[in-house]
Amino acid sequence: MKLLTDYRKTSTVAQLARAIQCAATRPWTLMEICGGQTHSILKFGLDQMLPPGLTLVHGPGCPVCVTPAELIDKAIAIALQPRVIFCSFGDMLRVPGSKHSLLDAKASGADVRVVYSPLDAVKLARENPQREVVFFAVGFETTAPANAMAAWQASQDKLSNFSLLVAQMLVPPAMRQILSSPNCRVQGFLAPGHVCTVEGYVEYERLAASFHVPIVVTGFEPVDLLEGILMVVRQLESGRADVENQYVRVVRREGNPAARAVVQEVFEVSDRHWRGVGLIPSSGLRLREAYRHLDAELRFPAAVTPAPRSELCLVGLVLQGLMKPSECPAFGKSCTPDQPLGAPMVSSEGACSAYYLYGRG
Amino acid sequence: MAAADSEFVLHCPVPADPGDRIVLAHGGGGKLSQRLFEHVFHPAFSNPLLDQRHDGAVLPAAAFQALADLAFSTDSYVVKPLVFPGGNIGDLAVHGTVNDLAMCGARPMYLSCAFILEEGLPVATLRAVVESMRRAAERAQVLLVTGDTKVVDYGKADGMFITTAGVGQVCHPVAASRIQPGDAIVVSGDLGAHGMAILSVREGLEFESPIVSDTAPLWPCVEALLKAHIDVHCLRDLTRGGLSSALNELAQTRGLIFQIEESLIPVTGPVRSACELFGLDPLYVANEGRFVAFLPAAEAQKAVDALKSLDVSQQATIIGFVSDEPGHSVHLRTATGGLRILQMLSGEQLPRIC
Repeated sequence: MKLLTDYRKTSTVAQLARAIQCAATRPWTLMEICGGQTHSILKFGLDQMLPPGLTLVHGPGCPVCVTPAELIDKAIAIALQPRVIFCSFGDMLRVPGSKHSLLDAKASGADVRVVYSPLDAVKLARENPQREVVFFAVGFETTAPANAMAAWQASQDKLSNFSLLVAQMLVPPAMRQILSSPNCRVQGFLAPGHVCTVEGYVEYERLAASFHVPIVVTGFEPVDLLEGILMVVRQLESGRADVENQYVRVVRREGNPAARAVVQEVFEVSDRHWRGVGLIPSSGLRLREAYRHLDAELRFPAAVTPAPRSELCLVGLVLQGLMKPSECPAFGKSCTPDQPLGAPMVSSEGACSAYYLYGRG
Repeated sequence: MAAADSEFVLHCPVPADPGDRIVLAHGGGGKLSQRLFEHVFHPAFSNPLLDQRHDGAVLPAAAFQALADLAFSTDSYVVKPLVFPGGNIGDLAVHGTVNDLAMCGARPMYLSCAFILEEGLPVATLRAVVESMRRAAERAQVLLVTGDTKVVDYGKADGMFITTAGVGQVCHPVAASRIQPGDAIVVSGDLGAHGMAILSVREGLEFESPIVSDTAPLWPCVEALLKAHIDVHCLRDLTRGGLSSALNELAQTRGLIFQIEESLIPVTGPVRSACELFGLDPLYVANEGRFVAFLPAAEAQKAVDALKSLDVSQQATIIGFVSDEPGHSVHLRTATGGLRILQMLSGEQLPRIC
């Protein structure tokens, strides 16, 4: 695997760190959107290689963190129904809803299974015609094509025992929300490489132009991240606000047309609630009319009372880059991965868990 | 009636073997239990102590050195699937307990073994597991001297659960309290193979890979260190929670800081790639045939050479040192030159979304 050697090479990393030191003459605040990027930055200690004035704040790009507690409550209610096999990506299981997590539901007897691919859930439905298989379709643009593919496949196969609980989010509306906030201190963005692999970056060109903010589509390895940071800093220093692509080995401007086509076929844009942030208009996807029969929310109309927002967990501030995890009064005290108050402390892409795991408390 | 009964017995002789599948009566203490012992367990494990067929085994004092300390350990084994690349629950159940004894600096000698079998388990599967246990016990030079079998209802166990306990004779004092500032930290081989082998075949994951479990007995490695006259201070096998949890536990117990180098920690290409795909960290993945040793830095190279002479520890290497600063943490110098604190695992490692 080239990414394990070339893109983690100590000499290249040191060279890029020096280049950033030379390029940055003023203090700048950058946001990396994706939780995967946050974890790489802290895991490889890249934040310690940056000049003191250069601040990285961490964005909302953790699919687990932004999924509203109400939806997790709904997932648990569905999973606990008789005959249901509830399938989810592993990372989602530990995240608390208003009270419990899917792991708690599993411990109470629910048949909750981890799948790697949504198509594995479709296969389970085919193999278990007596059971109702529900897939928790969470994630950003990255997971949308595979989740859409599962819906398309189930529809083609006329599977009557498969459905999706959809919590599909979109990145650009969240960036617009952050940039529109009067408290916004972000001056440049590292855009999420994998999201752009699917959707391309035309949408980001509109954002860069309307908010005059440089955006660099960036990968996830140490060399990618430092190169992305260097490209944003150089733009800021020269007063530019363009969209540039650091992740050229994977991302094209138009994205992946085949993946976009299947997403278009199955999903349509809708408003979505973001955990800790609230309703963001046109910030998510839902099943189109032709696929609505696969909607688990309609198939299992479970009455779930809205979850009271935890006053102790400042997830909204963390997800919008307004507060560093370590600045939260609960961090590492009443909130740890073993006893989390909120999703960012448990998700493998959550900023709080990254700070805790890599000792930045 | 009596005539009919005798005719029935004459025409339907009781089958000579225990049948194709485990039934509740195999654990009932009656004839079927007896047949299971005679046809499955006894042929594999027969030895003078087991053959006495008491409820317990009397261990002969002559087998032990006078006044030697004894080590005693027990562990339960639940693994899904029962058979995985490189091993099965049987050799795991032998290796796990003999390794716990070896990590006490003790030569493993005697094992007990309790099976909880699920109704419906194919007897052929049990035979295969027992045969693996026989081979593992032979390789580890331990005798299985007492055991028990229970059967639970269908659906109440994942095929079978095994509990083993073991007794060994302590040959060298090892303890967390003996870890000294300046000690070298040595791992006995590449990390993460067992956990990733299991994950790669677990239901629903559909991940094909050539990764094979590292399950193996570790006493030969410890013996090699002792024969090379290494004053081993502490040993710990890297099972659940992997290297990270073992080091953190010891750092906390001993109250010292351990400094290790990521670039020195051996992880094979396939395991590293599989971990990247699953979003897991090999430092947290379980091993079943790897350990970490703390020993005087001056003897570290000699220790590594001694370990390298054995197949199971060919990849042994020094990964760091014990700092003289007081503290309770493990510091990892990353391969890219950064520094991070290696935390203890919270909950289970779960695969990420994207």
